[in-house]
Amino acid sequence: MSAAFAVKSTETRSSPPPAAQAARSDLAIDCKIDKLFYGDFLAVRDSHVPIEKGKIVGFIGPSGCGKSTVLRSLNRMNDLIPSFRFEGHVHFMGQDIYARNVDPVVVRRHIGMVFQQPNPFSMSIYDNVAFGLRLNRFKGNLDERVEHALRRAALWDEVKDKLKNNGLSLSGGQQQRLCIARAIATEPTVLLMDEPCSALDPIATRRVEELMLELKKDYTIAIVTHNMQQAQRVADVTAFFSVDISQGGRTGYLVEMGPTEQIFNDPREQLTKQYISGQFS
Amino acid sequence: MATVVDESRTTTSADLGRSWSDARAVTNTLLTVGAWLVALLAAVPLVSVLYMLIVQGGARLGLELLTELPPAGFEHGGGFGNAILGTLVMVGVAALIGIPIGVLGAIYLAEIAPDGRLARTTRFLAKVLTGFPSILAGVFVYAILVLTMGTYSALAGGVALAVLMLPTIVLTAEEAIRMVPRKMKEAAVGMGCTRTQTIWQVMLPTALLAILTGIMLGIARVAGESAPLLFTALFSNYWLSSLAEPTASLSILIYNFSSMPFDNQIELAWAASLVLVLIVLVFNILSRLVGRPKV
Repeated sequence: MSAAFAVKSTETRSSPPPAAQAARSDLAIDCKIDKLFYGDFLAVRDSHVPIEKGKIVGFIGPSGCGKSTVLRSLNRMNDLIPSFRFEGHVHFMGQDIYARNVDPVVVRRHIGMVFQQPNPFSMSIYDNVAFGLRLNRFKGNLDERVEHALRRAALWDEVKDKLKNNGLSLSGGQQQRLCIARAIATEPTVLLMDEPCSALDPIATRRVEELMLELKKDYTIAIVTHNMQQAQRVADVTAFFSVDISQGGRTGYLVEMGPTEQIFNDPREQLTKQYISGQFS
Repeated sequence: MATVVDESRTTTSADLGRSWSDARAVTNTLLTVGAWLVALLAAVPLVSVLYMLIVQGGARLGLELLTELPPAGFEHGGGFGNAILGTLVMVGVAALIGIPIGVLGAIYLAEIAPDGRLARTTRFLAKVLTGFPSILAGVFVYAILVLTMGTYSALAGGVALAVLMLPTIVLTAEEAIRMVPRKMKEAAVGMGCTRTQTIWQVMLPTALLAILTGIMLGIARVAGESAPLLFTALFSNYWLSSLAEPTASLSILIYNFSSMPFDNQIELAWAASLVLVLIVLVFNILSRLVGRPKV
């Protein structure tokens, strides 16, 4: 493993011209991580994660395997960490989002994100959903778009009479659906979800999962989950990451990726089989 | 095998009552009583000062104080309306200078370059400035404003108070911005906010109440200051008509009148003390009210 990774030629960011990359037009995002560092710490290596349009891709793996890090590198959320360094490419809409001339703020307006902890802003439910639209200086009918987003997030009926109430006054599950409404109000093409149900009870979890299956019609979704049943329930494609401690560090990498059915029933790698069957976590 | 059972595990009754003779209980009682007494002792100065102020200053409290000018030597009656106005105006000037600089500085320290050399230096200096002798702020402003303008003024007084107010505001506002949960910042960034939008639309509103608390504390700290005003605003027996002339303040009035040989002036000094304490108290209470977490 270490040898393969040592000789691997790292593509520089600008080398592959966009035209040559358009080989697979069925991909929403083509993420190829050669090395991802936090300072000197190699957090993720050698992970090629193509994300197909209109599919739900589940990221599973043990704690510390870098699955959240990989997800966050898809909309440059890792830029918040000053020591973050990325080698590889993430192709989105025909461009490498790590190219020098790309503005991460614009990238994030196209790739929405839902976080582990529900994090509505301390403002009204309406303003939460309208937030992204106002950021983008949306000129159309704001009320209509807010209602549409709330309906898509299966929250409208519960909040339509109290749109002026603070978003934080909702229950945890409602808050998470509000965050989903906020994320889809601007109609991004991809939705990233970082363990969106880990702070929710089973009933709220079920509602969010139903919502994801519903949203799949219009969005490409990448979801990190700790819960393998959840991956089986919602993901079309599953990516299994593991952590390599052989070189002294704790470096995450992609073990295998394939249709969820195949990953869970007929994994190619021994490691995947062990993880799926609960032999380690 | 051995069937010896620990007796204490099988006893069905034990004395669980409080024992007063036990050494542990005695120490506990003594220390509790001791803590009570010391706490009481700590409250004595404040309570007795307030008591004296109310007894001595309360007698003269009335509308006349707010509307009349300070009396001359053998005059009766009079008030210190100009001093109350002067104090409020100078605190206002200080707030106008101190709040924007303080909050913007705090944004820099907390968000823009928290670990940079400039931030570390500024933070250190702000901490030093919190313990800065207030008279030196007066001397400093005397040198840069009073000498250059050629006159004592409300403006100079306000600037001196701003110097004293600034560190409190910077440090509390920085802390307030840092306390904004990381998930709020991530939500904003994830929505595609620029750094400016993240700070102004999400972080500052979230931290607003805590920042206001710091501002109120900063105001309360300077409202009662006398030393910096002595060098900058001096005093005036007349109503304030311009920011560029010597200005009366409650604290200087107290200082002046308390050493006069006239009963009337001494009574007014007491009343002014009471009014000043009330003003400071109002800002302290406001800071607690705005900072109180909403249920």
